[in-house]
Amino acid sequence: MLKYISRRVLILIPVLLGVSFLVFAILAMMPADVAAVQLGVSATPEGIEKWNEEHGLNDPFLKRYFDYMGGLLTGDPGVSWSSNTPIKTEFVQRIPSTMALTAGTIVLVILLGVPVGVISAIRQYSIFDNISRLLAMLLTSLPAFWLGLLLMLKFALELDVLPATGGGSFAHYILPWITLSTAMAAQMIRMTRSTMLEVIRADYVQTARAKGARPVRVVMVHELRNALLPIITVVGIILGQTLGGAIVTETIFALPGVGTYLLQGIFKYDMPVVMISVLFIAAVIGVINLLIDILYMYIDPRLRSQFVKG
Amino acid sequence: MGPLLEIRDLHVEYKTHDGTVYAVNGVDLSLGRGETLGLVGETGAGKTTTALSILRLLPDRIGQIRSGKILLDGADITAMSEPQMREIRGNRVSMIFQDPMTSLNPILPVGRQIEEALLLHTQLSKEDRAKRVDEMLTAVGLQASRKDEYPHQFSGGMKQRIVIAIALACNPELLLADEPTTALDVTIQAQVLQMMNELKKQFDTSMLLITHDLGVVAQTCDKVAIMYGGHIVESGTVQDIYEAREHHPYTTGLFRSIPEMNRDSDRLAPIPGLMPDPMLRQEGCSFHDRCPHCMERCRREKPDSRAVSPTHSIACFRHERKDR
Repeated sequence: MLKYISRRVLILIPVLLGVSFLVFAILAMMPADVAAVQLGVSATPEGIEKWNEEHGLNDPFLKRYFDYMGGLLTGDPGVSWSSNTPIKTEFVQRIPSTMALTAGTIVLVILLGVPVGVISAIRQYSIFDNISRLLAMLLTSLPAFWLGLLLMLKFALELDVLPATGGGSFAHYILPWITLSTAMAAQMIRMTRSTMLEVIRADYVQTARAKGARPVRVVMVHELRNALLPIITVVGIILGQTLGGAIVTETIFALPGVGTYLLQGIFKYDMPVVMISVLFIAAVIGVINLLIDILYMYIDPRLRSQFVKG
Repeated sequence: MGPLLEIRDLHVEYKTHDGTVYAVNGVDLSLGRGETLGLVGETGAGKTTTALSILRLLPDRIGQIRSGKILLDGADITAMSEPQMREIRGNRVSMIFQDPMTSLNPILPVGRQIEEALLLHTQLSKEDRAKRVDEMLTAVGLQASRKDEYPHQFSGGMKQRIVIAIALACNPELLLADEPTTALDVTIQAQVLQMMNELKKQFDTSMLLITHDLGVVAQTCDKVAIMYGGHIVESGTVQDIYEAREHHPYTTGLFRSIPEMNRDSDRLAPIPGLMPDPMLRQEGCSFHDRCPHCMERCRREKPDSRAVSPTHSIACFRHERKDR
């Protein structure tokens, strides 16, 4: 088991290096005069030349990449091009906010999606099932930016019970959580329902009933545990989407997170800022996928014996 | 003391989107203590439906027992509540399903799956349950030390042994075996059948063996009921079915469809035609359009089951006529 995990962690390294190279290359190829943007209207040709020299933009592409990665690997993601401040402290401060947003979202998605999906499947074609399917379809179709604005209108402006923008307190996250989790929860409901429907028809469920197990026991011990594998896969996919969706949601609610940071960086051609944000998101998704694969092993004995020898 | 299991005029229907399927149309069966009854018939004859009705495990909302009685030791199962049924399932009546490859939960160790039956129906302590699990695994010819392994680590025959261990764990009075050897290869079939026979005697269990294999029936059963189109067309002891001269035309056809080593024939004689559509309610005998002896009367009236000897009865007008 340990051997398998360490092998998976090792695979993560070339993946992240690949991502860093791709993103760096795309940013380097941007057809924009970065120095002119950073220096603004007062830019002189000499100033631009000086800025380029200082920020290494006159160096060959590979040298720039290796210089940047060298800094990053020694723990220094560099200095922001637009604000000239070190990125590290600012970036580290923003991580908790994004973490709180995604973690809260995923908890909401699981708490809402799994039970509703399970009940929907057990009571297939019942009123509950029909309503939940209809709601799931409606909620998947709501774009986050629109829903976020609507929620703000109602709860911040009209009722004045929750803050519309900014971060710092629990209350600041309630509307972003709802905004981000709605579409994902709908997806979760649909996925849970369909996997449960498959499992319910399995022969071993019939065996469990023939043993005289109560319906609750049949669902919890035999059905849900077998349905867990596909459900966890969806949780992984949703976590990835949540990180992507966080960019939009953080921007709508002006949360001081990695997403807003990334967007600012893009607007200002701020390469070091974009790099660190994208790499962070890629690393988190990589680690989550790793955790999910380890969870598979824990849940499914077939996979355990297939991949883990000794 | 009456028979352990008695089924009287059982009718079972499946309500599907396309209409009502009449799966079982008036089945009468009786099974004594310690006896093995073979329920024989082709696919779709209603054998499995009959067995599922005994456990009341027909598909939710779709399958329902429309009329008839199923008496287990004199108590009518069709009138019982769900909690009462749960007391019976796996405890007094157990079922072995057809496909051992899929009837075990893939993510639970096999020992725990056997233990679950004990957990549900006995007050045994954890240690006693573990001991019983070991006993059961040994009884079905597996090493007790393998109880912590998962189903995928066993072969098909071994899985069926585990399924049998689960079914017998609580010492049931009645075992419903739904084609327990169909999914196994022939050598394993013989082993499993022999083991089931021995265990049945050891545990003093009655058995309803569902099969379409007349060879299996000859090896294991005391009594046989031949099922066709949701009816029992012929029933009797193994001797009655295999040796008596009088038979329902369907039984005769069934025997002719088996290849025999010592019969000098080049071709088998299958029964022509197909089973009647269970969606249509048929008039007359269910076998009439495939029957070589079909008379005018067979198309209009349903033949009742008539005794041709004290143990042997046939539902066919031809034998009724001979009675007179």
